[in-house]
Amino acid sequence: MEAIVGLLCNCGLPLFLAALGLVVGKSVEYSHLRSLAQREEALRSMIATNLRRAPAGHPATSGRLVSGSVVIGSDYFKTLVAGLKKLIGGEIRSYERMLERARREALCRMLESARAQGATTVVNVRYETSNIGGIGSKSPPMAEVVAYGTALIG
Amino acid sequence: MIIVNTETVPGHEITALCGLVQGNTIRAKHVGRDIAAGLKNLVGGELKGYTELLTEARREAVERMMAQAQQLGADAIVNVRFSTSAVTQGAAELYAYGTAVKLQRIGA
Repeated sequence: MEAIVGLLCNCGLPLFLAALGLVVGKSVEYSHLRSLAQREEALRSMIATNLRRAPAGHPATSGRLVSGSVVIGSDYFKTLVAGLKKLIGGEIRSYERMLERARREALCRMLESARAQGATTVVNVRYETSNIGGIGSKSPPMAEVVAYGTALIG
Repeated sequence: MIIVNTETVPGHEITALCGLVQGNTIRAKHVGRDIAAGLKNLVGGELKGYTELLTEARREAVERMMAQAQQLGADAIVNVRFSTSAVTQGAAELYAYGTAVKLQRIGA
């Protein structure tokens, strides 16, 4: 009896957290992807490019820096799976998807900010990603993605 | 003050270079929002508290950069770049830099 209680105490919490991460994390991910698809559709008329300057003949009279950023964190389940994956190496899909979502979100926010200022084109777009989580297994990965560019005004 | 990350400003001509300007700020992120972010890290997704914190910090860095440019008598800052780095565990540095220039409207 005591052994069972001991085992539950030792394994119960991590198992519960992993299940919580899996269920809630997945639903958060799906609702985020849905919202992204919707907003990207709404932003379809906006042009973002990483060309360094305005295309020749563009009637812009000025430019303004616009940016969008997001901090995204991994869930307990993803962290656990990635930890296991690191033992054998290879592609870590869950983190790939996490960063892809963050990049799309940052770009959406940047374009929304450009649209709010009356621009339809953003040139010289750059992405910057940085790890702001600590180093070591105790701290789950957290990353900030910022997208910035020059909105053409006028 | 016009701030862009392109090398030129549309509709304007660069008449003089004033030099490199920069602004930075270091923010500790484990203040107050730490517990909420820790819980959020169990289920994943966006950590809104940190997003706000870093957005605010980046604005601060840009403002410091602008103050430098104003001292140099510049009209605009071109080719602006951002960079973020974790200096120690729990603190991030936000850094913005660019080139301060004097401008003239084309056709003015």
